[in-house]
Amino acid sequence: MSNAPVNNGRRRFLTAATSVVGGVGVVGLAVPFIGSWNPSARAKAAGAPVEVNVSKIEPGQLIRAEWRGKPVYVIRRTEEILSTLAAHDDQLKDPGSEEPQQPTYATNAYRSIKPEFMVALGVCTHLGCAPTHHQGDFEEFVEGVKDGFFCPCHGSKFDMAGRVFQSVPAPTNLVVPEHSFPTADTLLIGVSAGEA
Amino acid sequence: MLANLMAWIDKRLPLTDAVNKHAGQYPAPKNFNFWYVFGVLASVVLVNQLLTGVWLTMSYEPSGEGAFASVEYIMRDVDYGWLLRYMHSTGASAFFVVVYMHMFRGMMYGSYQKPRELLWIFGMLIFLVLMAEAFMGYLLPWGNMSYWGAQVIISLFGAIPIIGDDLTLWIRGDYVISGATLNRFFALHVIAMPLVLVVLVFLHILALHEVGSNNPEGTDIKKPKGSVPLEEHSKFTFHEQYTKKYDIVDAIPFHPYYTVKDLVAIVIFLIIFSWVMFFNPEGGGYFMEAPNFEPANGLKTPEHIAPVWYFGPFYTILRVIPDKLLGAVGMFSAIIVLFLLPWFDRGTVKSIKFRCTAHTVNLAQFVICFIALGILGTLPSTPVYNLIGTIATFGYFGFFLALWVYSKNEKTKPVPERVSG
Repeated sequence: MSNAPVNNGRRRFLTAATSVVGGVGVVGLAVPFIGSWNPSARAKAAGAPVEVNVSKIEPGQLIRAEWRGKPVYVIRRTEEILSTLAAHDDQLKDPGSEEPQQPTYATNAYRSIKPEFMVALGVCTHLGCAPTHHQGDFEEFVEGVKDGFFCPCHGSKFDMAGRVFQSVPAPTNLVVPEHSFPTADTLLIGVSAGEA
Repeated sequence: MLANLMAWIDKRLPLTDAVNKHAGQYPAPKNFNFWYVFGVLASVVLVNQLLTGVWLTMSYEPSGEGAFASVEYIMRDVDYGWLLRYMHSTGASAFFVVVYMHMFRGMMYGSYQKPRELLWIFGMLIFLVLMAEAFMGYLLPWGNMSYWGAQVIISLFGAIPIIGDDLTLWIRGDYVISGATLNRFFALHVIAMPLVLVVLVFLHILALHEVGSNNPEGTDIKKPKGSVPLEEHSKFTFHEQYTKKYDIVDAIPFHPYYTVKDLVAIVIFLIIFSWVMFFNPEGGGYFMEAPNFEPANGLKTPEHIAPVWYFGPFYTILRVIPDKLLGAVGMFSAIIVLFLLPWFDRGTVKSIKFRCTAHTVNLAQFVICFIALGILGTLPSTPVYNLIGTIATFGYFGFFLALWVYSKNEKTKPVPERVSG
């Protein structure tokens, strides 16, 4: 072998060139395999807006709507709930809603378009469970706060504006989806005002 | 006739040689104890899972619309369907029981130490694939706990900065867990993961037979060639691959000596297994959870989400860390440190019998913490439980840190040259 007529430089070049071309081929081949895991066209098309009649909701009541397969909580907050919201600001992670968890038109003290109606995804920002609404008995979780949401999975707590309390696993406030009120009694989830 | 057939095969495939090398002439230390049966038991459960799994796919329907109903169909209408399903579901829990015992054996007798690091890593990879396999399998009945369990675990990947949200979308194949998720989990559960698992088990055994089995005393049964007088050699015939380089002492052939011993263990194991399968297949709500008897509902999280018992320890670590990213990091670190155990342990004495008292105490507290974490994982989240969970989490990671510290200059007892008794 030692005196075989071998051009080592050329052999190395050919090995490297073949490896590079082969590597490109492997990357190319990976594209369809990885791409096929993306949401299909059918899944993407299923995300149409949802309409909810809010005139039937009793004060203090929570109803669940389904949008893109996720629960959306619509709560008609009473005057009492609204007036106590600011009282526990110092116990919250993000009382001023600085994280973009809501559309700009809901970036206010009540995190809503109309103070009365809270619209939020019922999906805990920790690991996606649906937090439970505690009406009047929330004080067992946070002293001095009567109403709120408690996530049964890992104990995250949110107030009646979907704002997250400190020292819980959830990092951010509940997401307020795009929504609008085409008429006084209708809530359209998934579309902002002025969009089609 | 049969001898001729074997001769014909052996000329074309080293069959007799392989069987001798790995069974009839494989030198196993003569002092194996109770703790050495769990490897074999794990293989038995693996065969059970593969067989019953194949049969279950024959009646199961992997779709969001049909999955839940098809499991009820298996339970009620398919002849022996209930038995096949209970064999599979009991097998899943049994798999983790024997694997945890098997791992503890390795920790107790230092079976991960040099030169068995790669053997340990293959074992850990098996454990990792097993957890993925169990997690994906748990989604398939499409009950409400299946659904929300998957929701929680997939959301873990959302904790990764920047790419997290897109990654979870890609894993789910939809904006929520849906039939698309179910279908891909089914494909991975029944084809991809089992293939990987079987290959890893093969490599695990191959690596074991290359370095040889450890034993409860951690002494070496392979002595340098020519160092042992002939009359002290083991009286059995071993394959030349082992005797070529070493003098073998205190060993007996794996077959028939340990195959027969393992058979006793298998029988006892199957008695316990059958009792669970026939009389308590739901394992008191720990093997099969109550909310899983209602279909998946994306709008309603069960009141109390608990993982199946075998994920409890890791789940508690996730839960007690009050930060999304750090919680996920903590949980995965709990598995990574196990991978690195051979390097955390800087000692050279293997067996707990000859190591310092601190090591015994450390291993004991590790076991207590692990069990505590496991129990807490199935309980709801309260401040008291979270406090206990936090302490146990420190104990879990503390084991590895303490081991690294004291194993450097450890005061050990003298290790006997030969296996005693």
